[in-house]
Amino acid sequence: MDKEYVGFAALPNQLHRKSVKKGFDFTLMVAGESGLGKSTLINSLFLTNLYEDRQVPEARARLTQTLTIERRGVEIEEGGVKVKLTLVDTPGFGDSVDCSGCWLPVVRFIEEQFEQYLRDESGLNRKNIQDSRVHCCLYFISPFGRGLRPLDVAFLRAVHEKVNIIPVIGKADALMPKETQALKQKIREQLQEEEINIYQFPDCDSDEDEDFKRQDAEMKESIPFAVVGSCEVVRDGGTRPVRGRCYSWGTVEVENPHHCDFLNLRRMLVQTHLQDLKEVTHDLLYEGYRARCLQSLARPGARDRASRSKLSRQSATEIPLPMLPLADTEKLIREKDEELRRMQEMLEKMQAQMQQNQAQGEQSDAL
Amino acid sequence: MKKRQKKNGGSPMDPLRQSPSRSSSRASSPRTLPCEMLGYVGIEAVLDQLKIKAMKMGFEFNIMVVGQSGLGKSTMVNTLFKSKMWKSTMPGLGVPTPQTLQLQSVTHVIEESGVKLKLTVTDTPGFGDQINNDKCWDPILGYINEQYEHYLQEEILITRQRHIPDTRVHCCVYFVPPTGHWLRPLDIEFLQRLCRTVNVVPVIARADSLTIEEREAFRHRIQENLKTHGIEVYPQKCFDEDINDKILNSKIRERIPFAVVGADREHIVNGRCVLGRKTKWGIIEVENMAHCEFPLLRDLLIRSHLQDLKDITHNVHYENYRIFRLNESHVLPRGPGWVNLAPAPASVPAPAGPQANPSPPKVGGWAKDNSDEEC
Repeated sequence: MDKEYVGFAALPNQLHRKSVKKGFDFTLMVAGESGLGKSTLINSLFLTNLYEDRQVPEARARLTQTLTIERRGVEIEEGGVKVKLTLVDTPGFGDSVDCSGCWLPVVRFIEEQFEQYLRDESGLNRKNIQDSRVHCCLYFISPFGRGLRPLDVAFLRAVHEKVNIIPVIGKADALMPKETQALKQKIREQLQEEEINIYQFPDCDSDEDEDFKRQDAEMKESIPFAVVGSCEVVRDGGTRPVRGRCYSWGTVEVENPHHCDFLNLRRMLVQTHLQDLKEVTHDLLYEGYRARCLQSLARPGARDRASRSKLSRQSATEIPLPMLPLADTEKLIREKDEELRRMQEMLEKMQAQMQQNQAQGEQSDAL
Repeated sequence: MKKRQKKNGGSPMDPLRQSPSRSSSRASSPRTLPCEMLGYVGIEAVLDQLKIKAMKMGFEFNIMVVGQSGLGKSTMVNTLFKSKMWKSTMPGLGVPTPQTLQLQSVTHVIEESGVKLKLTVTDTPGFGDQINNDKCWDPILGYINEQYEHYLQEEILITRQRHIPDTRVHCCVYFVPPTGHWLRPLDIEFLQRLCRTVNVVPVIARADSLTIEEREAFRHRIQENLKTHGIEVYPQKCFDEDINDKILNSKIRERIPFAVVGADREHIVNGRCVLGRKTKWGIIEVENMAHCEFPLLRDLLIRSHLQDLKDITHNVHYENYRIFRLNESHVLPRGPGWVNLAPAPASVPAPAGPQANPSPPKVGGWAKDNSDEEC
């Protein structure tokens, strides 16, 4: 055995094994006007039918409906890795005649998740913190507009400091190639003008190979992603079956990089940057929220003072957290979780006992 | 241009009509027994005379396009009349959408085979683009009523012009965004208010983002919506005169709203030069019925129902407006002014209903939008 070989090169494998056992959880929010293909895209991305029993309400119902926040959870497993995906949907966004303030429930929801995590983190039992923070928000922009609409700008400005935003152009098969380029350019300009911070892809390391760098640069340039979603498989004129949309003038293939940016979005969201999104949420956005929250609690007038740096070094233990009442449903969920765990343990014990009894019985038979 | 024969002979064409034929095909007329012809007289040459006069005078048509920005309104107008009425802009370029709704009118005279058409297109940029779109239909209703008012003022003069310039909106094409679900609350609010004042033709805009099945489903849902909310779009059922009209119009009504695609660029397909949109997966031909229903819209607006649109505007919508205004003024002194109409206030209030009217208008009650109770 090599004397210089210590053995910690195997550490990544250990991490890998642990993560596989633990599983990942990821919360994704989709927002945008109705009719932009959000549900279809989510179904295409994760190859599930999350929206099976969905009924789109007609206009009369929508006249009085306010924005609601819906959460759907699904467990996806692939290659032994389990992902617990939570999807947050915002039906009713941008639907009514007067949409003033329709983004406020969304902002409140995101902040509530941060608040929940903050309380859990500062609590006593930190073993099973459920991370329900929103890690990423896919914002759908209409391909029919001339860039961002006033409503889009208002929503993005309200949430850009609180969640990772990935802008997406929905139903991109309505656009010709030149139109797509022009629209993307316009949206990028508008985002810069309005100083909206969307999720920035981390630069790839300098020691990556040229191919990877090129791919990465291409991906960055195609933001906002112009996507087309479909769960139907079409036979494309004799060649292999592909997922796509069949028109009388041709077939749009969802996974064809020349047709739309679906592959880029999937690669970025699921394959390469899932963990990074979570980290940015935790390190940047959550910490920002936490700092703001604690600062405002410690000294209500603190923002006016110049000694902000001193304040940020104050530790959280010195600042008393007010006991805000937990939502009842959250409590119930916690209790049920605990019960489930206890019952599982009991079951295991009983199983073990049964096995023991069986083994003993066999022994006594044999004798 | 195809002329539809009316029962009482002689289609009332604009340039020839001196007085509005209120007793047109809508009211009942004394039945005349057909008489046997003993030889050729030459009455049918009247049609030629009408035609010659019409060609000399030319025609007028005013169309308004309403819809959110980016739904292809300007492109559609260019495609319909095969000329560059408007400069259709790509998403990145062009003027940014205005903060409030503004109406822009452009008039062109186009000519085909000796027939001159004075076409006025009114665009409504800024409709439905703001965060709060409440009452965004007010300027549009105001504009339409203004045009009626102009015509009315000209009509009640003692010495009238031989041919009153007609700026009334004959047809309003409403562009519904292709969400594929239902009509949005904004669409319903707008259509409810406007279908009583002007002929409205809804179309599904940018229909190249919907497959054939999706289009049919969307169309059915929209038709259901229209029925539920009592919105009567053109061609209205109550104005069908005879069985032929009914058959023709029923076919059209089944397909309303048309799923249209507009394009003003030409591409070569199979050796032919067609108007279309070129994508990486195919070329969408605008005039191909298998691709979109643009030919149906064009036929409806220009080739078969142009005169009918104008007739209904004149005989029904304008008459409703006139009746309301006359009732409102309550003053009919005989004198230099003959009819002294109170000046139209900036915001016309909802009428009590035209009760003192011998022949009630087909469309019951002309209402202005300020009535929140109606929704």
